[in-house]
Amino acid sequence: MNTSLLKKFAVATLLAGTFFTAQAALKVGDTLPDFASFKLEGKLPDTLKGKVVIVDFWASWCLPCAKSFPVLDELQKKYADRLVVLAVNVDEKKSNMEKFLQKHAVGFTVVRDAEQKLVAVVEPATMPTSFILDGEGKVRFLHNGFHGEDTRKEYIAEIESLLK
Amino acid sequence: MKNQAFFLLASVLLICITGCANVKPWEREHLADYTMRGDRDPLAKAQMEHIWFSREEASGGAGVGGGGCGCN
Repeated sequence: MNTSLLKKFAVATLLAGTFFTAQAALKVGDTLPDFASFKLEGKLPDTLKGKVVIVDFWASWCLPCAKSFPVLDELQKKYADRLVVLAVNVDEKKSNMEKFLQKHAVGFTVVRDAEQKLVAVVEPATMPTSFILDGEGKVRFLHNGFHGEDTRKEYIAEIESLLK
Repeated sequence: MKNQAFFLLASVLLICITGCANVKPWEREHLADYTMRGDRDPLAKAQMEHIWFSREEASGGAGVGGGGCGCN
């Protein structure tokens, strides 16, 4: 094997490694993929168009997720049909999600990404990660993690700005 | 010959690097499990800290924030 071929091979390996380990996550300005094509467990809302939507990726083993649920529930009640909170669970076991939901009962929509295909496309940087979408389905705000009252205030300000 | 060996070694190293597991935030269920905590047994923790103190003449610094889930 000659040296130039080895060089090409080394470069190709490096590029392949970079491609497979550093795919970009969804960011502000992007549009979330069509949920209907991901075989999510649970019933999706009939329509999201024209509504402000919070898409929250969460797991039962994530402590900040448990803290965020009452706040998301409060927001859903406060803004009623002007806001859709859509919580996407990424637990490996459905029973863990069910146990969590028994303990933290909520009124908003919860679906489960059982095959973890949607979450692999969206690539949230932390658990939880929430995306606030405008009426056109475009990501306008992004929250990595949940930081109590600070995040709650940010949610309200952002929702209000989108409802204007 | 020397160059060839170098590039061969570099290629092998690069392949090894790409094989490193990158645990995604949504895959940390097992890392976040209670059994993964180093301080889940108070007696064992006290014994380990005593051994650490006796051997290293130092104590503390063994705690971590959170449960390993990398949340927030």
